[in-house]
Amino acid sequence: MGRLGDSIFKNALIAAAFVIVAIVVSMIVKMVWSSLPTLSAYGVGFLTGSEWIPARNVFGALPFIYGTVVSSVLALLIAVPISLGIAIFLVEQAPRKIAAPIAFMVELLAAIPSVVYGLWGIFVLAPFVRDHLGKLLADYLGFLPFFQGRLTGIGMLTGGLILAVMITPIITAVIRDVLEAVPVTQREAALALGATKWEMTVIVLGNAASGIAGAIVLGLGRALGETMAVTMVIGNSPQISASLFEPAYTIASVLAANFADATEELYLSALIEMGLVLFLVTFAVNALAKLLVMRVGGKGGAK
Amino acid sequence: MFFRGVAAFSVLASIVFGLACSGQPVGTGDTAGDGQVSIQGSGSTFVQPLMVKWASEYGKLNTNIKIDYQSTGSGAGIKAIQNQTAAFGASDAAMTDAELADAKGGEIVHIPVVLGAVVLTYNLPGVTQPLKLSPEVVSDIYLGKIKNWNDERLAKENPGVTLPDTAILPVYRADGSGTSFILTDFLSKTVPEFKEKIGATKNPQLPAGVGIGGKGNEGVMGQVKQNPNAIGYVELTFAKANNLPTALVRNKAGNYIEANSDTVSKAAAGSIATMPDDLRFELTNAEGAEAYPISGTVYALVYKNQTDAAKGKALVDFLWWAVNEGEKYVVDLHYAPLPKELVAKVEAKLSSVASAGNPLKK
Repeated sequence: MGRLGDSIFKNALIAAAFVIVAIVVSMIVKMVWSSLPTLSAYGVGFLTGSEWIPARNVFGALPFIYGTVVSSVLALLIAVPISLGIAIFLVEQAPRKIAAPIAFMVELLAAIPSVVYGLWGIFVLAPFVRDHLGKLLADYLGFLPFFQGRLTGIGMLTGGLILAVMITPIITAVIRDVLEAVPVTQREAALALGATKWEMTVIVLGNAASGIAGAIVLGLGRALGETMAVTMVIGNSPQISASLFEPAYTIASVLAANFADATEELYLSALIEMGLVLFLVTFAVNALAKLLVMRVGGKGGAK
Repeated sequence: MFFRGVAAFSVLASIVFGLACSGQPVGTGDTAGDGQVSIQGSGSTFVQPLMVKWASEYGKLNTNIKIDYQSTGSGAGIKAIQNQTAAFGASDAAMTDAELADAKGGEIVHIPVVLGAVVLTYNLPGVTQPLKLSPEVVSDIYLGKIKNWNDERLAKENPGVTLPDTAILPVYRADGSGTSFILTDFLSKTVPEFKEKIGATKNPQLPAGVGIGGKGNEGVMGQVKQNPNAIGYVELTFAKANNLPTALVRNKAGNYIEANSDTVSKAAAGSIATMPDDLRFELTNAEGAEAYPISGTVYALVYKNQTDAAKGKALVDFLWWAVNEGEKYVVDLHYAPLPKELVAKVEAKLSSVASAGNPLKK
């Protein structure tokens, strides 16, 4: 019975693992299949076209790809320095009494539902950007093309800011784990050689570099796919504009807003193909993150 | 351990299986024992508050009938009836010929159940009189040609109103919507340039750089409320609920008309003469001195041939009740009742719904 039980157990586990693979493969196959009408009708033009007029069957996904990438990169530019600061403080500097509540607050941020961020975005962040932050940027940096044009509080800048707040917890948490994985012996060695705390931190960061890169890419993956909160503050206008004050549109937002209502075959196909693009991009980004995080664990040295 | 593994596997397997089988008709309601009938509808978000009221009132009168309404959007309602995943769909726009051809259960009849208005609502601190807008001005605002509130064309239509020297922020629906269709249909009928550049559509695409998009009536409402100098279009109910002003719009007869139950019903009364037999009509830019020009209908979409006689009869009875006794709940919720002549046409349509050749309404 024992042997038989073991072999059933093993096969059940193999089947369970295979199910995940089957789900991923079936999703890709289904999405490619369903986007065949636009794949064959538009080809590469779908990715490079900048006009999106469903009523006339004109489908160019570039403004959405642009909006997705730029809002995510903007979020990273804001979130990475802050996350890095929090994580280093928690691991290297903070006394335990302070570290615990701060770490708890960061984790709390990660648990807030997306739609709540969106509401906060509309009622607090957007007016703040319109009345204060945007004005400040326009006054002092208005010579740059990024901070010109009409300031409504709804647009790329607010979208990037809200994404930054949303991805900070995950980046912080992963960087903290990575820093903690760096052996204490390295810190002790550095300090024993007379290094200051700053110099010691630089050494630790150097050793954790690829893990930190992994954390950043993980944050990027989350930002690329975030939907609800961004839809509520980004303005949902498919255009490519250098100004961060102007409204933009992301792939996830256009899918959420239009999928339920798309009845025409070509329109539906265009939306599914956009989903496919997003799927492949996030898939690649997550794979990259996994590789980077795995590398830091592998060369951690003596433990 | 072993059993847990099997359980987890079977859960996953059923999920995969469920995915593979999507597209099958599910959950159209069922006929359980004791004569209990449940009917599921799906579609238009605009009619949702009224459907909930109707379902609850009708449920009190007929305790054996349960009506479920999912507010998923007009397009989703059309998809649901095409794929037979709901007993009836609800849509703010009539189905097109192509959409009708894709229906899996045969011929679909359009049953107008209630009328409504799309209003232009705005956030102009200090302006207390209602604005008067012509279709040309609305069109040029959404085409980005009128950029400022103190534009001379706006001033000409609104003598005595002090309009601020600030930029207009047009807000539109980012999601596909019957509300967008009603407005763009009206503007396409009245302004040739709008028809050429945007056209009557559920997914209007404004010129680049004009305005911001909100998701749903709530989304547009939120943006207008939050942004001074914004103008947006929503169903009348939403503007009333948020205490925002609504513009008077110039109708075909040249009068500036306020949107309310009365003026919307008048738009329908003015269209009776030209109504096609399948009741797929538009109420925009209707005839009549007091007709509000951006009016629309919500249709219940029903298969002419019902496969389940008991459910079909319950559905027909419910809709019959809705357009007669049910109309008394309409005005409080800022919708408009069907005019008498139209109710007669609707009753004739409902009488044509049959199961296995037997009419369900006797």
